[in-house]
Amino acid sequence: MLKKVHFGPSYLPYLLVLPQILITLVFFIWPAGHALYQSLLIQDAFGLRTEFVWFENFEVLFEDEHYLGTFKRTVFFSVLVAGISMGFSLMLAAMADRIVKGAMAYRTLLIWPYAVAPVVAGALWVFMLDPTLGILTYGLSAMGYEWNHKLNGNEAMTLVVIASAWKQVAYNFLFFLAAMQSIPKSLIEAAAIDGAGPVRRFWSIIFPLISPTTFFLLVVNIVYAFFETFGIIHAITQGGPAKATEILVYKVYNDGFVGLDLGGSAAQSVILMAIVIGLTVIQFRYVEKKVEYS
Amino acid sequence: MIENRPAVTFVSHSMLIAGIVIIALPIWITFVAATHDAVRMTQIPLPLLPGDQFFANLNQALNHGIDGGANQGVGMMLFNSLMMAMMIAVGKIAISLLSAFAIVYFRFPFRMGFFWMIFITLMLPVEVRIIPTFEVVANLNMLNTYWGLSIPLIASATATFMFRQTFLTIPDELLEAARIDGAGPMRFFIDILLPMSRTNIAALFVILFIYGWNQYLWPLLITTDQSMFTIVMAIKQMLEAAEQSPEWNIIMMTTLLAMLPPIVVVIMMQKLFVKGLTETEK
Amino acid sequence: MATVRLENIEKTYLNGFKAIHGVDVDITDGEFIVLVGPSGCGKSTLMRMIAGLESVTAGNISIDGRVVNQLEPADRDIAMVFQNYALYPHMNVFDNMAYGLKIRGLPKADIQQRVNKAAAILELTQDQLTRKPRQLSGGQRQRVAMGRAIVREPSVFLFDEPLSNLDAKLRVQMRIEIKLLQEQLGTTSVYVTHDQVEAMTLGHRLVVLNQGQVEQLGTPIELYQRPASLFVAGFIGSPSMSFAPAKINSDGSGVDLRGGVCFDLPVDVHARHANREVVLGIRPEDLILVDDGASNRNLTVRLVEQLGADTLVHGHFGEDQTDMTIRLAGTRNFNADEILAISVEPEKIHLFDPATEKRLE
Repeated sequence: MLKKVHFGPSYLPYLLVLPQILITLVFFIWPAGHALYQSLLIQDAFGLRTEFVWFENFEVLFEDEHYLGTFKRTVFFSVLVAGISMGFSLMLAAMADRIVKGAMAYRTLLIWPYAVAPVVAGALWVFMLDPTLGILTYGLSAMGYEWNHKLNGNEAMTLVVIASAWKQVAYNFLFFLAAMQSIPKSLIEAAAIDGAGPVRRFWSIIFPLISPTTFFLLVVNIVYAFFETFGIIHAITQGGPAKATEILVYKVYNDGFVGLDLGGSAAQSVILMAIVIGLTVIQFRYVEKKVEYS
Repeated sequence: MIENRPAVTFVSHSMLIAGIVIIALPIWITFVAATHDAVRMTQIPLPLLPGDQFFANLNQALNHGIDGGANQGVGMMLFNSLMMAMMIAVGKIAISLLSAFAIVYFRFPFRMGFFWMIFITLMLPVEVRIIPTFEVVANLNMLNTYWGLSIPLIASATATFMFRQTFLTIPDELLEAARIDGAGPMRFFIDILLPMSRTNIAALFVILFIYGWNQYLWPLLITTDQSMFTIVMAIKQMLEAAEQSPEWNIIMMTTLLAMLPPIVVVIMMQKLFVKGLTETEK
Repeated sequence: MATVRLENIEKTYLNGFKAIHGVDVDITDGEFIVLVGPSGCGKSTLMRMIAGLESVTAGNISIDGRVVNQLEPADRDIAMVFQNYALYPHMNVFDNMAYGLKIRGLPKADIQQRVNKAAAILELTQDQLTRKPRQLSGGQRQRVAMGRAIVREPSVFLFDEPLSNLDAKLRVQMRIEIKLLQEQLGTTSVYVTHDQVEAMTLGHRLVVLNQGQVEQLGTPIELYQRPASLFVAGFIGSPSMSFAPAKINSDGSGVDLRGGVCFDLPVDVHARHANREVVLGIRPEDLILVDDGASNRNLTVRLVEQLGADTLVHGHFGEDQTDMTIRLAGTRNFNADEILAISVEPEKIHLFDPATEKRLE
């Protein structure tokens, strides 16, 4: 962790870490602490009266059907997004790994959605699935299905899932491909000589060997679905129709900024914090075991 | 090449091409939409091939916006996005380099304490601390400013960790040789460490630029003045307005403008970008 | 040009491990001193302490009369050639060599002149000066590393196993170049290596280190002819000395190996060690074949190694099976189990105390 060869103590290192520590304290740690504190208060909308209520806000949340529903919905949403995105990209990566010529060209063509903001991805898909004008809506209606995500909650959920998953395919593809390409060719050749066909080789050799990457991507995708999809929800469905697409992070924003329930929103923030911390810790524990420094 | 089964290769290529089509479809549709006039964009079915209104739409989007041109165009917003993305990318890289240098190369009290403090920021994305951070920024009178847009997002840990990793792989002997040559810590940092980290810095720049450009929630919260909006925010507003009278051609042109800079950066610096992604996530 | 003095140097690490136990060395101006010993003997540690890269726990290091314990490496007027060259990968050769001078504020013209002079000495071309290290071969990088040290015109050169990463042939060639270079420049040099051939050929004097202590300090020939301990005797010389447990006879005229083999000892020297248990040492090149079968010193051949210029015969003595190796000039051939009659000049016999492992005088 510390270089074997290093400089002794002086004032210099403090100066060097100062910018980052300062910003971290002011904009990260202090607000996080404040959120923790605020989650233990009930404040009326005008800030005139505050009452210290210990964990009452949390109790209220856990008994609130709406909150629990949102929680479940978020889990459902993230499983779908992670699953679809990872599945699709795994398949594409497997294909790209197999071919000799053009793998890099395919990679170029497949990775740029990473650069697209979630809200932009949402805009693209909501355009294609606009109930009146969307090109895909047109196609579906030609097949007899009338699409209107503004009325149908399930369709709304489908829309945001597709938009979210679409964007992540690029990222997952990149990592899957890199992982597959780092498997020594000799292992695959040995399996081929043993008589395993491509499908079998994939499931019995390639897939197990990329499991660290798979695990890593799973955590990343879940964090993505929990947090970074705010833009998509906010821009397209605003959590609707009738809360069908309200996920936890959106609810924090909605309750806090729009509804001005500071205590409740803070409590929700704290819960989200706990989830992130949990996921990050899991990831570090698992991944750090596999990392070496040269 | 394992087996030379043409059937499998054919299937692989086909599926990849199909994948590309699915991935690229939305972009294509968007591009097409941005090249037609408003009227055409209300007739079903919407076009699948481009029209000729690209520059007309571009002009309108940049300067006049929607509502028949009653609004301010998004040109200013493009600039805001650029400022924000650059400030975040450059800022993050600069302070992370300094912090990583201090943590890896100096032994000083509280070294590990600082390290863990920085580590914690990994677990605190802006979405979990929106209200309190907003309050802090408001109290510091940083709302509606470029500083307010960028500084709260600068201190997260990924860049620091990546540079730390890079520094750890630099041979000890280089530092020893530099010491014998007479270089003090800052000289060593500037003359030797920085040049050797050039590729990592470039790779990280790509990632951070995209990260900064695509920020949505944070700019949404702290800008109320339209002239400080970022282009990514503009889209949401246009979509809202679209409820009443959709001007999809302008909306999609704006979307195109919002997408293009990061995509161009990714494609032009693809190698660096991939390196940056794979190195930061370890 | 300077003297270097190590007075009672000790080094203990933070975890309690004592790496250096009281080392005293006096290096004269212009001398080429080699610190030699097996891995872990402390030679690198000692040199790094001279450089200032490791702290000194006890004792004083003086360069040119000044105690330098507290001085930063850059202030000690030393230059170092590293095992892995430690060239700055992003700078070209010229800048690599110039870096230290640049920091010290030398005018550009002087820097240019010094670098070119060093390049000429090391036979580095102008074209190579513009290349980056990764574009050079191992031997060329080595030279650049030396060039970086030369341009500084320091009081002391420090070499940390600079030839270990080169292939055998290049090593021999570079060895000669380093020796010639040092003679030409006349700078006091401290050189670390684990290779005793390198040490013998390069050093004016050698310091043989073992587990943090000086086993012997002397010229190569002194170490070869009169090794002070069992360790030095076995370390210097290749193939190494053959050892056997033995006992000096009752009047000190000879020494008996177990199994009846007996060697004569020089007349006056060993009378006081009569009946003493010893360890006998004889170098392979000191054993000679004799014609008369009268002696009882018969070597049974086990293995013959033909090196072209020499032949090494490995065999054993007597019923006790004491192993000995004899080196003969030219190409000779023997069959396994053949018996050879062996002798040695009494002066060439080395005797050591089995307990202290020190040389018997």
